[in-house]
Amino acid sequence: MEYFIELFLSGLTRGSIYALIALGYTMVYGIIQLINFAHGEIYMIGAFVAYIVCGVMTIYGFHGVSVLIIAGMLAIIYSCAYGYTLEKVAYRPLRGAPRLSPLISAIGMSIFLQNYVLLAQTSDFLPFPALIPDFEFMEPVAHIIGSAELVILITTLVTMILLTLLIKYTKIGKAMRATQQDMSMARLVGINVDQVISVTFIIGSALAAIGGVLVASYIGQVNFYIGFLAGVKAFTAAVLGGIGSVPGAVIGGLVLGLTESFAAGYISSDYEDVFAFGLLVLILILRPSGIMGRTTKQKV
Amino acid sequence: MLRLQNVQTYYGNIQALKDVTIDIEEGEIVTLIGANGAGKTTTLMSICGITPPRKGEIAFKGSRIHQLKPEQIVKLGICQVPEGRRIFPGMTVVENLEMGAFLRNDKAAIKGDLDMVFDLFPILEQRRTQLGGTLSGGEQQMLAISRALMARPRLLLLDEPSLGLAPLIIQQIFEIIKKINKENGTTIFLVEQNANQALKLADRGYVMENGRITLVDKASALLANDEVRKAYLGL
Ligand SMILES: Nc1ncnc2c1ncn2[C@@H]1O[C@H](COP(=O)(O)OP(=O)(O)OP(=O)(O)O)[C@@H](O)[C@H]1O
Ligand SMILES: [Mg+2]
Repeated sequence: MEYFIELFLSGLTRGSIYALIALGYTMVYGIIQLINFAHGEIYMIGAFVAYIVCGVMTIYGFHGVSVLIIAGMLAIIYSCAYGYTLEKVAYRPLRGAPRLSPLISAIGMSIFLQNYVLLAQTSDFLPFPALIPDFEFMEPVAHIIGSAELVILITTLVTMILLTLLIKYTKIGKAMRATQQDMSMARLVGINVDQVISVTFIIGSALAAIGGVLVASYIGQVNFYIGFLAGVKAFTAAVLGGIGSVPGAVIGGLVLGLTESFAAGYISSDYEDVFAFGLLVLILILRPSGIMGRTTKQKV
Repeated sequence: MLRLQNVQTYYGNIQALKDVTIDIEEGEIVTLIGANGAGKTTTLMSICGITPPRKGEIAFKGSRIHQLKPEQIVKLGICQVPEGRRIFPGMTVVENLEMGAFLRNDKAAIKGDLDMVFDLFPILEQRRTQLGGTLSGGEQQMLAISRALMARPRLLLLDEPSLGLAPLIIQQIFEIIKKINKENGTTIFLVEQNANQALKLADRGYVMENGRITLVDKASALLANDEVRKAYLGL
């Protein structure tokens, strides 16, 4: 039973990270029907910025959670700037073009950003300091859940609650929903949809940066390629949950994380991907639009 | 108040509006009638900046607006109730109304206007928290009109508000349009296929065929016009 709980919690941790990144895919898709293949790279850039900030701060003698928080903040700012620019440079000029064009542009930007980091930094795996200390109060349950996992779970939970409140109650959140449901009608009531799209990219990038920093400090290394791998998983989670749906991204992420964790724990870690993608295929056969996806796209 | 001069609008290479000239005076109710595909919706979308004209000029209260963005045009007081109502399906009735007031910041006055539209259409108040997509067609039309009113328009554009509604509801909607014009002094530009009722309501009318304006006259004169009677009134 304890083993089950351990796997469950580690699956939840993994899944919450997938969910965090999947939200960026799904929100962008919901508004402009584009799969932003470069989203994983924004996550990777967040992790890299945190890595550099941590390095500098460690030289100046700072330690622990304060470093993580400052590195996280700067990572968010950088990633948001990249996400905003990405949309402006690579996608906005292609608004109104056939759907394939921005998709190709997205793949291009993904490759470009990977290689840019590869050349500007290195192709090596860089050691990321473990910034989350082992909390004393966690000692009694340390064999089931680690302190780092707890921090990840709490951070992602709080982030998702804040995001939900933002989408539901703020003016920009309502504008995002209106734009998603009917873009030209949104323009007819006076919503500046270009601005809404920019904000969507910025929010998605912030979530990805948070994920990138948490994972880097959890796994203990960064590399120019981590964005691609995380991106594929998160994209799978978004499709699993129903791309375009915000709650779907969260559920898809958690389901994927749990599946992987149990498959790795009870069968073999060699099989976790097989089960993850097997699950995706199964769900897409049973519910082609994903767990929470709208089965019919109706526009009244 | 609004003046379209030789407006030409294209969809790609297809020209939908060919030299459209329309004049609307403040306080008037003007109707635009025409067959399917004549270019009525395109005319309204050109005014609102969704399909900006390639040639020609659109002026509102003396200043050119055809190069402005839709949100800037809304800000000037031009609002549209589009064809097919276009309610935000996943938003509640109240949220849809709030979207109508998107560019306003006067919270207290918005609240007052909310009560005003609930007075106009009491059924909407009963449906406050219902999702827009689950309303009936008539309720959606009422909501679409109310949403536009929430912006306090000076010029209200309506695209076939009677489409697909029962005669009784159409009657009610037309009454309300008249009321908005009389009580708020809002200028109305009404696109309709229901030519008979539209001409009875309007002061003046334009007839459009294949992207061109073919007739302009007092509404009463158009009602008596033989060609109009044959083509649009089925008489
Ligand atoms: N998005 C579009 N792309 C290409 N052509 C279009 C588009 N929208 C409209 N058209 C064409 O422009 C012409 C005018 O269309 P419009 O919708 O303005 O007509 P309408 O008078 O509103 O007709 P209806 O009474 O059926 O609503 C039509 O020939 C139509 O096929
Ligand atoms: Mg039309």
